[in-house]
Amino acid sequence: MGKITGAQAIVNCLLEQGVKTIFGYPGGAVIDLYDALMGSEINHVLVRHEQGAVHAADGMARVTGKVGVALLTSGPGATNGVTGIATAYMDSIPLVVLTGQVPRVLIGNDAFQEVDIVGISRPCTKHNYLVNKIEDLVPTLREAFHIAKSGRPGPVLVDLPKDLMSGEMLYPPQRPVSLQSYQPNYNPHPFQVQKACKKMIAAKNPVLYVGGGVISSNASKELTELATKLKIPVTMTLMGLGAYPGDAELSMGMLGMHGTFAANMAVAKCDLLIAVGARFDDRVTGKLDDFAKYAKIIHIDIDPTSISKNVKVHVPIVADCKMALTAINKWLDENSGINFDEEPDRNWPWRETIREWMSKHPLCYKENDSIIKPQYVIEMLHKHTGGEAIITTEVGQNQMWAAQFYKFAHPRHFVTSGGLGTMGFGLPAAIGAQMAFPGKMVIDVAGDGSIQMNIQELATAKQYNCPVKVAILNNGFLGMVRQWQELFYNKRYASTTMNVTPDFVDLAKAYGAVGLRATTKDEVEPVIQEALATDNIVLMDFKIEREEDVYPMVPAGKATTEMLLV
Amino acid sequence: MKHTISVLLQNKPGVLSRVTGLFSGRGFNIESLCVAETLEPGVSCLTVVSRGDDAIIEQITKQLHKLIDVIKVTDIAGKEYVEREMVLIRVKAESHTRAEVLRIIDIFRGKVIDVSARSYAVEVTGPASKIQAVIDILRPIGIKEIVRTGTIAMARASKTK
Repeated sequence: MGKITGAQAIVNCLLEQGVKTIFGYPGGAVIDLYDALMGSEINHVLVRHEQGAVHAADGMARVTGKVGVALLTSGPGATNGVTGIATAYMDSIPLVVLTGQVPRVLIGNDAFQEVDIVGISRPCTKHNYLVNKIEDLVPTLREAFHIAKSGRPGPVLVDLPKDLMSGEMLYPPQRPVSLQSYQPNYNPHPFQVQKACKKMIAAKNPVLYVGGGVISSNASKELTELATKLKIPVTMTLMGLGAYPGDAELSMGMLGMHGTFAANMAVAKCDLLIAVGARFDDRVTGKLDDFAKYAKIIHIDIDPTSISKNVKVHVPIVADCKMALTAINKWLDENSGINFDEEPDRNWPWRETIREWMSKHPLCYKENDSIIKPQYVIEMLHKHTGGEAIITTEVGQNQMWAAQFYKFAHPRHFVTSGGLGTMGFGLPAAIGAQMAFPGKMVIDVAGDGSIQMNIQELATAKQYNCPVKVAILNNGFLGMVRQWQELFYNKRYASTTMNVTPDFVDLAKAYGAVGLRATTKDEVEPVIQEALATDNIVLMDFKIEREEDVYPMVPAGKATTEMLLV
Repeated sequence: MKHTISVLLQNKPGVLSRVTGLFSGRGFNIESLCVAETLEPGVSCLTVVSRGDDAIIEQITKQLHKLIDVIKVTDIAGKEYVEREMVLIRVKAESHTRAEVLRIIDIFRGKVIDVSARSYAVEVTGPASKIQAVIDILRPIGIKEIVRTGTIAMARASKTK
C-alpha cells in the first residue's frame, strides 16, 4: 500500500472502527480532514454550533451503545465542545472527540485559534491525547476508541495538529489494542457473588437501586430476571430509567430529589439495598446520614472509585453489571436450593407496604379543566406514542416531568443529561438519536428557557431531514430555579422570568419546520396527534400553568423521607 | 493521618498534570511530591505524601489507579517501609557559630557542600522527622535559604525469606 495523508489515515481508521456518522464543524485546523471526509463513506453532519456536535454524537451513543464521534476545529471550536464533553463524562457516555490543533511548530506560541484543549479537557475526559508524531496517529485513535468504550465508558479527546494531517504516512496494519496500565475488570469475584446472593435470599425488605450502568452494560434482561426471581422492588435513578419497565408491578419509579414517595420510603426503610450501576449521587441520597440507614448495601459497579465514595458499602462487587447479574442469577438457580417459582410470599409484607405507599402517594398533580398541566402533556405524549418513543430532554422541570410521567418501557429510550445537567442538550441529542434510528419517533421535551440554548440546531435537523419533535413546556420562567425561589427564597424570582421569548410557531416556520401551539387543555391532544403525523420537524408550544412545581421534592440537604408532596 | 503513596506511571507528556489535577480537582491535599525515572524505560515512579482519613486515602489510591497512564499504586502506610528526604540548607556561619554549625551537621550525619565567608550550604538526608529536627536546631543560628526534595519511600523487603 502506498503513502496516504494523515487526514486520509484518520478517515480510514474511523471506517475501521465502524464509524458511520460523525458530527462536526469545519475550520482552518481541520480543513485537511474535511477534504478527506468529502466523498468518503462516512456521513458527516454539519451542525450549527460545536456544542451541538458533541451532544448529537452523545445522543447517538446513548441510543445505540456505540462510540459517538465529533469533529471540531482548534481554539474556539474545541472550547465550544467542552460542555458537551463534560456532559458525556458525567454520564459515562463513550465518545471520541477529534479536535484540530495548530501545526506542531506553532504549539505554545499563542498562534491563531490555538488553545491547550488537552489541558482544558483533562478533568472532563476519561483520557485525552495530543498526537505528536504522524506514526502515532492511527495507534492513538485505536486506543481512543478502545478506552472510550471499555470499562466505565467515557469521552476521549484526540488533538490533531494540522501538519500531521497534511503529512504523508503508511497506514499501519490493524492490531488489537493492549495497554499495560489499563485493564478494566469485568468479571465478578465468585466469593462476593455468593455473599451477595445469600444476603438477597435472607433479606426481608430488599430494594434494587438501579442506575445508568445497567443501561450501558445492556443488562436490563438480567436485572429483570433477578427482580422477578426474588420479587425485589425496583427503583431507578434518572440515568437508570428504562432499565426496568416503568409500569411493571415491582417498579417504584425514580428515587431521589424528585423521586416517588414509595421509592424514597422504601430505600429509607429497607434492610438490604442492592445498588447496580449507580453511584450514590447527592440528588439520590439526600442527607447522607439518613440514607438507607437500616440497610446492608451491596454495590455492583465497574468503577472501583464509585464504591464507598459517598456511602459505606458492605458487599462490593467490582464488575460489569451484566456479568455480575448473570453470575448472581446463575448462583441463585444452581446453589440456593430454592425454587423461586413456588415462593409467592417472598418479601410479601414488604411488597404490600410498598404497594400501600404507592397508592397513598402516587405521582400526581392537581388537574385543571382549562389550563394545561405539564404532567398532562407528558401523559398524552406517552399515550399517543404508545410509550415507544425515544424521549430526550433539556434540563430542569421539563426533565423531571418527563422522567416522572413517561413510563419508560425499554432501555436507551430516555436520553437526558443527568450528571452535569446541561441545558441545551435535548435538541442536538434528539438529532443524534433520530439519525441512529430514522424510523423511530424522537421527541425532545423542553422548556422555553433551555430550548433556546441550542435552538440553532433546528437548521441542522432541517438540512438532514431529521424529523424530530420538540414539546416545549412553556411557562415563561426558568422553572426549576423559580420553584426553588418560590419554596426557599420567599418567592423572590431573581432573573428567572423570561419576559421576552420568541414566538415558537413563527420561529419553527423560519427554520422550515412546523409550529403548533396549545393554550388550553383541549388543544393538547390534537396538537400532539398532528405533530406525530407530520413528517417534518415540529415545535409544539404548550402554554402551561406558569407556576407549576415538580413534586415530590426533597429539599437539598434533607433526608429523602422529608418530601414535599403535592 | 499522613500517608505515603507510591505510584508507577507511564512517562508520557502531561502525566504529572493528570496526577496533580486529580488532587486539586477533588480537593485532596499534597504535602510533598517527587517523581523520577525507574530502571524500566518509559516508566516513572512518583511518591506523593498526603493527609486524610481512611476514606479519603482510599479514594486517592482508587482515583490514581483510574488514570489511564498509571500502572500501579501502593499506599505504603501500614507496611514496613523506609523513607528518605534530602534538604539543602544555607545557614549563617559567622566566626562565632562556624564550629557550632559543623558540630550540628556532624551529629545529623550531614555534609557541607558549599562554603562562603559568612555561610555554609549543607546537605542532610533522612526521614521527614529528622529533616524537621535539623531545621529546628539550625533555625536560631539563622537559616538563609532552604530547599527540600520531598519524601521518597520504599517498602522493606521480607526479613525471613
